[in-house]
Amino acid sequence: MATYELKNKKSPPISEIGVIKWLHENLFSSLFNSILTLFALYLLYLIIPPLADWLYFGAEFGNVTNDQCTREAACWTYIGKKLNLYIYGFYPEEHYWRIHLTFALVAVFSFIPRLFKNNAHRFKLIAFLFISYPILAFYLLYGGIGLEVVETHKWGGLTLTIIIAAVGIVASFPIGILMALGRQSKMKVIRFFSVLYIEFIRGVPLITILFMASVVLPLFFSEGIDVDKLLRALIGITLFQAAYIAEVIRGGLQAIPRGQYEAADAMGLSFFQKTSLIILPQALKISIPNIVGSFISLFKDTTLVLIIGLFDMLAIVGLSTSDVNWLGRETEGYVFVAFVLWIILYSMSKYSKNIEKRYNTELDKEKL
Amino acid sequence: MSSNDKQIIQINNLNKWYGDFHALNNINLTVNEGEIVVICGPSGSGKSTLIRCINYLEKFQEGEIIVDGTSIADDVKKIRQVRSEVSMVFQHFNLFPHLTILDNLTLAPIWVHQNKKEDATERALALLDRVGIKDQAEKYPNQLSGGQQQRVAIARSLCTSPKIMLFDEPTSALDPEMISEVLDVMVELAKEGMTMVCVTHEMGFAKKVADSMIFMDEGQIIETNKPDEFFKNPESDRLKLFLNQILDK
Ligand SMILES: Nc1ncnc2c1ncn2[C@@H]1O[C@H](COP(=O)(O)OP(=O)(O)OP(=O)(O)O)[C@@H](O)[C@H]1O
Ligand SMILES: [Mg+2]
Repeated sequence: MATYELKNKKSPPISEIGVIKWLHENLFSSLFNSILTLFALYLLYLIIPPLADWLYFGAEFGNVTNDQCTREAACWTYIGKKLNLYIYGFYPEEHYWRIHLTFALVAVFSFIPRLFKNNAHRFKLIAFLFISYPILAFYLLYGGIGLEVVETHKWGGLTLTIIIAAVGIVASFPIGILMALGRQSKMKVIRFFSVLYIEFIRGVPLITILFMASVVLPLFFSEGIDVDKLLRALIGITLFQAAYIAEVIRGGLQAIPRGQYEAADAMGLSFFQKTSLIILPQALKISIPNIVGSFISLFKDTTLVLIIGLFDMLAIVGLSTSDVNWLGRETEGYVFVAFVLWIILYSMSKYSKNIEKRYNTELDKEKL
Repeated sequence: MSSNDKQIIQINNLNKWYGDFHALNNINLTVNEGEIVVICGPSGSGKSTLIRCINYLEKFQEGEIIVDGTSIADDVKKIRQVRSEVSMVFQHFNLFPHLTILDNLTLAPIWVHQNKKEDATERALALLDRVGIKDQAEKYPNQLSGGQQQRVAIARSLCTSPKIMLFDEPTSALDPEMISEVLDVMVELAKEGMTMVCVTHEMGFAKKVADSMIFMDEGQIIETNKPDEFFKNPESDRLKLFLNQILDK
């Protein structure tokens, strides 16, 4: 029999610690990698100084006119002057509070249900808020009884971008679920039309759908009825997004084992109960990452609405630089819009990673 | 006792095809209230198909099945009525993984039988206690062992106070050391007078509790008898062969 004594712990050799180890492993692990690293450093050297100069060091922030402003670097004064246009479009300034309130209500409404402990009450409340919010939001933004009407052609900028994305996301979700279920239906007619719809939409670019919504859709309405341009775009985007959501959810549905359907059937649950209590909760849980991914691409796609003459944030660039006082400031505009969109999309993507992680740890907990 | 002779399941001239394949061939079978019927037979002989026809998980083309006076045809209401009186335990448990054990148990009482949530919960906890896993009520199915999951599944099917219980090979997905804990629960149920139709190859269980044995092969009922005779004096060669194979194991 052999016995072993515990040896004193030693620290690893110097090449295994900290910065040096990191440099070695990640940047200089082989000759080829070393060359690439040096090349990349050289590129950064070429790009970064002029970029920093343009963005910040040489840039103008003061209260100046376009002519006084430098042409060699960014003139952020322009963004400052047009900021309201970028955020609110042509919405009248004295009514900005209505936009603020609309967005603030989202926070309030998503907080209120947490005050309720009882699940059944909370569920009813959420359902109520979920249905009443769009109506309230529309009333606040558009106006009507007691509030001055602000026509939708005055809506624009970041506000419009968010409205389009939010409506597209919320409205497409239930349609997508129905289409996904329809595609699995035992009834041939329903299945046929679901497949037809999904495959048709997925085979056509969003631009085409938007054009169709703005040009073809009015042909279906009797003459004289002028359907709002924004509404047409919203319909187009919703129908487009629904097809993609449907496919994502179908993936989740297919992952549900047949035994789940059989157990639910054997209990005597109705089709509606089986779907809403057993099948959908599991399918949606599986699909969350893909659903968020699909929402992110929808958000990017909303910039296409400028083609049918809606002034979302991206369209404001062209519009505001055709102002004779601010000619030739497109670069600043595009950089600014890109930055704002990046912040929003990056947060969405981080948020989805978060959900994914929480879902994964939940799964782990279940497996314990 | 006359009440014991009440026929609770009647299957008359049942025929079922999967495409061209004749899966059930002219099945006639009667089950009395409180009776324990054990079905056995080689793999692919149609045992699952037959038992699944009783609660209409499988459609059949010819014949009729009358459960507690209700004849199931293609009528959604009647199917649901039968299903609310007949419960089923599956080979792979089929618990709902997104619900806690307790929610698994109270689902059907609340949604199908419109029980109050408190009543359903109370009854569920009592049943979990009975199958020996009351302390797991708040856990999720994946956190339990196979034997525990199957006992939960049995408790779940008892929650609605069914008149008939169907078992489709309830122990064949279990590790050997967990089989007896599930069979013990089933034996207890049998003793309490539950009407049970079991597909199983656990012959020890069959000898202990079965009132009648059914042997199936190629979609037909080949032989049916009291357990004593069934095991001691099998008539058909196929049953003899089958019993030899299965008792050798
Ligand atoms: N959905 C189906 N489609 C086509 N054929 C099927 C289907 N389900 C079962 N069968 C066939 O019907 C026959 C009977 O199947 P069943 O599942 O009832 O057998 P079993 O006796 O339960 O066998 P096991 O002991 O393996 O569970 C088998 O030959 C099987 O291949
Ligand atoms: Mg089987």
